[in-house]
Amino acid sequence: MYRSLASAIAAAKAANTTLAQVALTAESEDSGRSIDDIRGALARALGIMRGAIERGLAGDLRSASGLVGGDAAKLAASTNGPLVGTVFGDVLARALAVQEVNAAMGVIVAAPTAGGAGVLPAVLTGLAASRHLADDAVIDALATAGLIGAVVAERASLSGAEGGCQAETGAAAGMAAGAGTEMLGGTPDQVGHAVALAQQGTLGLVCDPLGGLVELPCVFRNATGAAIALAAIEMALAGIAFAIPADEVIDTMGEIGQEMDVRYRETAGGGLAATPTGRRLARERLVQIKRS
Amino acid sequence: MVSLLDIIGPVMVGPSSSHTAGACRLGLLARGLVGGTPERAHVELHGSFARTGEGHGTDKAIAGGLMGFRPDDERLRSALEIAEREGLAYTFAKTTLGEEGLVHPNSVRITVDRGDREAVMTGSSLGAGRVMVTEIDGYPVEVSGGYDTLVLVAEDVRGSVARIANILSDDGLNIATLRLTRKQRGGDAFMVIELDHAPSEAVRDEIRALEWVRWAFRLDKVSA
Repeated sequence: MYRSLASAIAAAKAANTTLAQVALTAESEDSGRSIDDIRGALARALGIMRGAIERGLAGDLRSASGLVGGDAAKLAASTNGPLVGTVFGDVLARALAVQEVNAAMGVIVAAPTAGGAGVLPAVLTGLAASRHLADDAVIDALATAGLIGAVVAERASLSGAEGGCQAETGAAAGMAAGAGTEMLGGTPDQVGHAVALAQQGTLGLVCDPLGGLVELPCVFRNATGAAIALAAIEMALAGIAFAIPADEVIDTMGEIGQEMDVRYRETAGGGLAATPTGRRLARERLVQIKRS
Repeated sequence: MVSLLDIIGPVMVGPSSSHTAGACRLGLLARGLVGGTPERAHVELHGSFARTGEGHGTDKAIAGGLMGFRPDDERLRSALEIAEREGLAYTFAKTTLGEEGLVHPNSVRITVDRGDREAVMTGSSLGAGRVMVTEIDGYPVEVSGGYDTLVLVAEDVRGSVARIANILSDDGLNIATLRLTRKQRGGDAFMVIELDHAPSEAVRDEIRALEWVRWAFRLDKVSA
């Protein structure tokens, strides 16, 4: 598997093919599995992702602590905001939906992690729905996303405990931006810019879960992460180039994560988790969980 | 090496790929070290695992893994109740396994007992559901669970590695990695062999039957 996006992009350009193809070929060589087999596994993942979106949009789930639930449905039903009826608005609701299922210990696909599991499915299925793209296109996009995530895992981290939320919803946003760009016809170079444009918007993002639960602010960070991904896709497809290559942005994310104080790295010791309200909610709700 | 399916996956019960799915996988690997669901398990959580594990269901996830549940098994939600019913006696504690920066923040030491076999395993949940076992019974290892793995302890006898490698290759098994460590010269040799495919019961029995093999267990692949 590739350890730099630059080398994957170079391989795609040399072979005059997509990053999805490059990713599937590399995976096939690494694992000994056929490309069809790998796409089959990705298709299964897509099915679970769609199931989670549907489940979350039904609106009746609440997390064990009761802190989150019902907001995906609320957003989808709202007629007040500026994004009503747009793919952007739809993607935000999908992101909340998956995360609400996750918070309720439902079945989701970690992509790359459970904490950031809403971003990629929301962006890809939302864009596919609006453009009437077939599942095959989304499956290819998942392969592209996997490649991007593998590079982040190698160069930086995919764990909130090591890299803060930069490494979870941030990495997911980078994956969604790159994969979404290619799915909508972007070139390998544009995919690179999309990844950089998304990651730059999430640098420094802390992991500060209230009470240590993957609920607040996690559910909402998936929506804002999806929003950042969409912004990156929009800019990349317009031909906008980000001056710093994606690999360097990813490396920077890793360095910032290492320098980040431990209270901002999934210990519930800082950030929102340490606010007066955050502490109070944590106390109240953890008692509730212990009882349930 | 990272697989696409490590990134787009695992399919799992939420809420945390490190603290739920990864923890579950560590439980599965510990179970493998004693050949089945243990009778007793003592789980010592370090770092972020200790601090936020409760909200992430880490205790349920490890207990589930110890009973053979995989990350997408919906029984994980009630793993602690099921453990009570199944007679798995578990205890959890918070500990410090080492200095910050040297030990991964999501690490755990699991001590399991089953029959006359006890094993102590230290491992970390690296994020996105990936895991790494770093110590088994005091021997340093690097087991990711990405391969079907044979773990065994043998007297440090000359030709032992070749003998075992021959048994495996006679069965058509390809060795991906092989690591041998000893705590001291002439002491026991600890072997970790990662294979491209799972070894059959017959192969394992053949290896166990070797008079200088003290114990041998298979760790089933835990990743995609």
